[in-house]
Amino acid sequence: MPVEIYLNVAFNGLLTGLVYGLMALGLSVIFGVVRVVNFAHGEMMTLAMYATVVAFTSLGLDPFVMLVPASAALFVLGYLLQAGLINPFINRPEHSQFMLLVAVATILVNIQLIVFGPDARNVQTSYSFDSYALGSLVIDASKAYAAATALVVAAALFAFFRYTILGKSIRACADNYAGALVVGLDVKHLYALTFGIGAACVGAAGVMLSLIIDVTPGLGPAYTLLAFVIVITGGLGSMPGALLGGILIGLTEALAGLLFTPSAKSMFAFGILVLVLLFRPQGILGKKPR
Amino acid sequence: MENKTRRGHRGSATGITRRTFATGVGAAGVMAGAGPFVATRAQGAALKVGVLLPRSGFQAGIGQDCHRGVEIAGGILKGLGMPPLEIMNGDTESSPDVARARAERLISEGAQLLVGAFDSGQSTAIAQVAEQKGIPFVINIAAAPPITEQGYKFVFRNFPTAPMLLSDAFANQKEVFAATGVTPKSVVFLHVNDTFGTAMQKGIGGILSKVDMPYKVVDTIAYDPSARDLSVEVAKAKATGAEALLMVSRLNDAMLLTREMVKQRWTPAAILSMGPGWYEDQYLKTLGKLADGPMSFVPWYDPNKPVSKQLEAALAKAHPGINLNTNHIYTFEALLIAADAYKRAGSTDPKVLADAIRATDIKDNVSIGPGVKFDAKGQNVWLKNAAIQNRGGKLVTVAPKEAANAKPVLPMASYNKR
Repeated sequence: MPVEIYLNVAFNGLLTGLVYGLMALGLSVIFGVVRVVNFAHGEMMTLAMYATVVAFTSLGLDPFVMLVPASAALFVLGYLLQAGLINPFINRPEHSQFMLLVAVATILVNIQLIVFGPDARNVQTSYSFDSYALGSLVIDASKAYAAATALVVAAALFAFFRYTILGKSIRACADNYAGALVVGLDVKHLYALTFGIGAACVGAAGVMLSLIIDVTPGLGPAYTLLAFVIVITGGLGSMPGALLGGILIGLTEALAGLLFTPSAKSMFAFGILVLVLLFRPQGILGKKPR
Repeated sequence: MENKTRRGHRGSATGITRRTFATGVGAAGVMAGAGPFVATRAQGAALKVGVLLPRSGFQAGIGQDCHRGVEIAGGILKGLGMPPLEIMNGDTESSPDVARARAERLISEGAQLLVGAFDSGQSTAIAQVAEQKGIPFVINIAAAPPITEQGYKFVFRNFPTAPMLLSDAFANQKEVFAATGVTPKSVVFLHVNDTFGTAMQKGIGGILSKVDMPYKVVDTIAYDPSARDLSVEVAKAKATGAEALLMVSRLNDAMLLTREMVKQRWTPAAILSMGPGWYEDQYLKTLGKLADGPMSFVPWYDPNKPVSKQLEAALAKAHPGINLNTNHIYTFEALLIAADAYKRAGSTDPKVLADAIRATDIKDNVSIGPGVKFDAKGQNVWLKNAAIQNRGGKLVTVAPKEAANAKPVLPMASYNKR
């Protein structure tokens, strides 16, 4: 097989992996601070995808125009979800939190089924079928735009946590819960903000993914699982780990499909997960628990 | 971002133990399998027919399309003097396991006959339940041969098996190549790896050497029908340098493949599909001019039969702009078989109904061929298939010649010049 085929497939896998990474970043941010595993993550992403599809089909709005409003809407949803529903569960056993978020996920899937039906819906923009040729490398335009946006959003998120007072306060909550309370930080508000930021992240990823794949209500649970695979591979709670995990899974799926058989590409992604759990249980960039 | 301290109530450094995490993942799995409610509707003392279709999940588009055949059947059956049917809907959620559970549930709720389920894997699961419970099951669409090779007494299939589909398909392909003067010398075979796709792949392997086709299969690529990204599959197929694409697919994957071919700037001389997907209305509407060109070698309807005209008119009235297709035709015919058997049996006793179905001899039907009759295995072996091509958002029949209403056009116009 010509080498340019490997190059094309690997590059496309990299682009897809970056969007996967952005999606998983939201999950990692929420877990890293609030220590709650968001089992409704994929379902929240499909909400953003449906918002994008509806805005495009009814108002003709390009997905890039929807990036900020959809992320903002998901931020509000995430904030309210944490402040109103999850906060009372913060000090309850983990299985209660799991079941709460699984219930939220089930409700979201069924609402989407009722409102949108089970049919696949998509956004077909003027550039949906465009591709760029760089020598023998053919780059899918939609994937390239989506990946570039994922990088920008991820960079903004890193900068927010590193350079802003609010970001540092949130990190303080994550690093030392009791200490944050002692110095007078409004931890409940910061938790809600964090959940909102994680939801906004997955909202942005959903808007970008609507350029690449069709949305169905059944997509949510599948992407929740994918997000877990990515964050566990990269390191649960580690933001760079989530991006790296996304890229790794994207590349693995693409190259395994090419080198072996496409029908087994998910198998290799899960194979990576098993290897990571065996040899580095904290994930590639995760820190060992003390 | 790392948590460096623990809160008192948590049992591990992360606050999440492997056991509780596994519980959560398991719960997510349960949630993934959860689905909508099954609706039933009463129509007096009618035959209770449980219709099982994949109305959600990755086959939802086709399942919903099949259901259109159910919606328009009532009026036509009444016009044909058939007794009323009480439809009990069941969603298989595109899963054989759910199909089995829904079949059991419908039977426990009083279904006296089952119809379904579009997919071979799901139909196989339902057939096992039907046989075990002694309830007649009329398969609308499913091509895997083993379903009617098990010696079942309550299972009937009014749809061609994979070998029947293939032998007609290859004959029709030769006719199309001769008519267009375009004969591909090589094809790459892409197929879904579900029960139907695997049965077709085995069938092609067995039949191809016997039918003397002008092309050779340079590579066979299997993929998951619920895949969300088929870029690798298309890249691999393109790299083979094959002149044409031989397909066994579903609907969503057919759309994904087309998009990828456009993006990767590859237009095969011909797309020869031997399954669903490429002729579906959703495919035509979603892809517009990019949907033009593929040929499907499928069980089809005889436009000259009177009931076909009634079915076309009823569909046009209920769903304007939707082309009559295999999904509507064979779902309707399954209900026709049920109503006809009930009429002759005059009883809802399952054994009597099954005997009546076995004695079916319907000539006033829709599909191509002499009509509906079953052999000793419960298979209608008299069905014929056609070649249809997507042209300008419509479907035209291009082979066999005696049923054609248009001439085939090959090679396909380049995707990037439309």
